[in-house]
Amino acid sequence: MLEIRNLSASVDGAAILNGIDLAVPRGEVHAIMGPNGSGKSTLSYVLSGREDYEVTGGTVLFEGRDLLAMEPEARAAAGLFLAFQYPVELPGVGNANFMRTALNAVRRARGEEELDAVQFLKIARAAVKQLAMPDDMLKRNVNVGFSGGEKKRNEMLQMAILKPKLAILDETDSGLDIDALKIVAEGVNAQRGPDFTALVITHYQRLLDHIVPDRVHVLANGRIVRSGGPELAHELEARGYAGFADAA
Amino acid sequence: MNAVQAAGAASFLGRFEGLRERLPGDREIRDRAAAAFRAGGFPTVRDEAWKYTSLRPVTEASFYEPLLSVADGGDLLAELPVLDGPRLVFLDGRFRPQLSVLPENIEVGTFAETAVFGRLARPDRDPLVALNTMLTEDGAVIGVPDGVDAGLLQLVSIATDVPGRAVAFHPRHCIRLGRGARLMLLEMSGGGGTYLHNPVTEAYVADGAVLVHVRLQDESRTAYHLSTLYAEVARGGTYDSFNLNLGARVARTEVHARLKGERSATHLNGAQMLGGTQHGDFTTIVSHDAPSCASRQTVKNVLSGRARGVFQGKIEVARAAQKTDGYQMNQALLLSPEAEIDSKPQLEIYADDVKCSHGATVGELDAEQLFYLRSRGIPEAEARSILVRAFLTEALDAIGDDTVRASLDRAVDAWWGKQAA
Ligand SMILES: Nc1ncnc2c1ncn2[C@@H]1O[C@H](COP(=O)(O)OP(=O)(O)OP(=O)(O)O)[C@@H](O)[C@H]1O
Ligand SMILES: [Mg+2]
Repeated sequence: MLEIRNLSASVDGAAILNGIDLAVPRGEVHAIMGPNGSGKSTLSYVLSGREDYEVTGGTVLFEGRDLLAMEPEARAAAGLFLAFQYPVELPGVGNANFMRTALNAVRRARGEEELDAVQFLKIARAAVKQLAMPDDMLKRNVNVGFSGGEKKRNEMLQMAILKPKLAILDETDSGLDIDALKIVAEGVNAQRGPDFTALVITHYQRLLDHIVPDRVHVLANGRIVRSGGPELAHELEARGYAGFADAA
Repeated sequence: MNAVQAAGAASFLGRFEGLRERLPGDREIRDRAAAAFRAGGFPTVRDEAWKYTSLRPVTEASFYEPLLSVADGGDLLAELPVLDGPRLVFLDGRFRPQLSVLPENIEVGTFAETAVFGRLARPDRDPLVALNTMLTEDGAVIGVPDGVDAGLLQLVSIATDVPGRAVAFHPRHCIRLGRGARLMLLEMSGGGGTYLHNPVTEAYVADGAVLVHVRLQDESRTAYHLSTLYAEVARGGTYDSFNLNLGARVARTEVHARLKGERSATHLNGAQMLGGTQHGDFTTIVSHDAPSCASRQTVKNVLSGRARGVFQGKIEVARAAQKTDGYQMNQALLLSPEAEIDSKPQLEIYADDVKCSHGATVGELDAEQLFYLRSRGIPEAEARSILVRAFLTEALDAIGDDTVRASLDRAVDAWWGKQAA
C-alpha cells in the first residue's frame, strides 16, 4: 500500500528526515513513536505534499504510484488523508460547506457524482452523531474557537466523511479526554479492514491499547531506528527513548 | 493643469456653454460650478486628495452627450443582480420609467422635474462635483416621510454601449429621510463599453432615522466611475453604508459623512475586488460635529493581477464632539506580486475626550490554510477562491438583510466567473 524508501527531506535547508524506510501493507495499522522533534510530523507533511518541505532523496509509492509527484489534492483524491497534529483554523469558512466541498472535490476526481446539500448533510449528521460531537459543530467556522479536543474530533469527522484508503493520524490522541479517545479509537477500528490502512503517530501507549497496531516503529533523528510488534510500544513506555537515538 | 487635462476639461466646459440655456434648475449655481471647474479643471496626482488616483485616462478620452437611447436597456439590467420589488432605473443617466417599478410608500421624483440642488454638495471644493453640478440633467429624488419604514428601494444605473461614442453622464440624486424614517436603498451600477459615470448623491437623515445604503459598483471594465456622496445625519440617526466595488477601469468612491446631531452614527464599510489593471479608490471623510457619535469603517481589498487599491480615510473630530467613538480598519489581500494597495488614514482631532483608532493590514493568502484545504482534496484554484471569499465574508457580514446580501453574493460569484474565464 505504502512503500517509503530511503526518504530524506529538509525544511529551510535543515535536514529533518534522513533516509526513512517503511512499508505499510494494505489493511494494516502501523504506529510511529519517537521523541519530540524527531521528524514524525515532517514525515506526515511530506507524505501529504506540503510545499515548504523539500524532498532531497528517496521515493514513496502509494498503491504503486509515485506519491511525491502528485499535488496534495491529487493525493487526497487517491485516498490519502492526514489528520493534522495542529488542525488549521479557517475563519469565514463554514465547517459543513468545507467538508462538502472537499467530499465533492474528491468524488469529482474519482469520477463519482457530487452530492447536494441535503444528501451531504445526511452523511455528515450521521458521522457527527457517531463521534458524539455537538450538532452545531457543522455550522461553525472550521476549527475557529474549537477547543483542542474538538479540533481533533473535527479531524476525525473529516476522515469519517472522506473515507480514505490510507489515514495518517498525527497525535490525534493528544488533547482528547478519555471518552473522546475511546470514541475516536472506535471510529478507527470501525473502518479497519482490507480497504483501510493507517499510520498512527502517538506518544502514548494508551491509544494503542484501543487501536492495537500490527507494527510499531520508532523514529529518531529522522530515521526509523527500530520496528517491532505491539509489545515494542510497551517497552518504550517502560524505558523511554534513551539509547534509541544512537541506535541508528 | 497640463495641456491634456485642460483639453479634457475644455470639452466639458464647451458642452456646458452649449447646453447652458436648456439645463434645468438654478443657473447661478451652475455658473459658479462652471467657474470653479474652469479654474481648477480635473484634479491631478499633485492634489493631496488625489495623490494615488490619476484621472489622466479620463482627461485623455473623448466623451459625448448621451443621446436618447433607442436601446431598451433590459439586457443590461438583467446582468445586474436586481431584486424583486420597487426600483428606479436610470439609463445613461436618464430616468427610464419603462424599466422602473415605482414604490408605494415613498415619494419619488426626478431631478429633471424638480431641479433643486441641495446644500451638502461642495462644487467649490470638489472638482468632480463641480463637473456634475454644471452638467447634471437628471437623478433620483427620494423622500421617506416621518416615521415611515419604507423597506427596500433599488436605484439602478445602466450605461449603453455605443461603440466609438463613449458617453459621460452626471446624475444628481437626493435622498431625504424624515424623523424616525427607515429605508434600505440598494444601489447598483453597470453597463457596457466605455463611459464616464459621475454621480453626486446627497443624503439627509433626520432625527432617529436610519438609512441603510448598500451600493454595488459593477461598471464595465473599460468604464470610469467617479462618485461623490454627502450624508448628513441628525440626532440619533444612522447612515449605514456598504460599498462593494467590483468594476470599472478607474473608480473612485468618495463619501463625506457628517455626524451633525448628538448620538448619530455612520458605518462606511466596503470591499473592493479588483483584477487586471483595475484601479479602485475608496475615500471617506467622516466629520464628527456633535458629541457622542460613532463611526465605523471596515474596508477589505482583494487585489489580483496588476490591480491597485486605494483607501483614504479621514476622521475629523470637532472641538464640540466629545465622547466620539471612531474606528477604521483597512485590510488588503494581495493575490499577485504586482498588485498594490495604498492606505492613508488621517485623524484630525480637536476634542479631548475621544476614542479613535485605525489600522491596516496587508497580506497574502495563508500557506497553511491553503495546504489544509488542498490536503482535503480541494484543487488549488478552488482553495484560493474559498479563502478569498472567507476574507470578504467578514466584510459582507456587515449587511444584515439576507436578500440584499444574496444579491451582492451573486455579484461576487459573477466576478469570480469572469476571473476564471
Ligand atoms: N519550518 C521549519 N524550520 C526549521 N525547522 C523546522 C521547521 N519545521 C520543523 N522543523 C524542525 O524539524 C524537526 C522535526 O519536527 P517535527 O514537527 O517533524 O517533529 P515531531 O517528531 O512531529 O515532534 P512532536 O513529537 O513534538 O510533534 C524539529 O526539530 C523542528 O524544530
Ligand atoms: Mg509532531
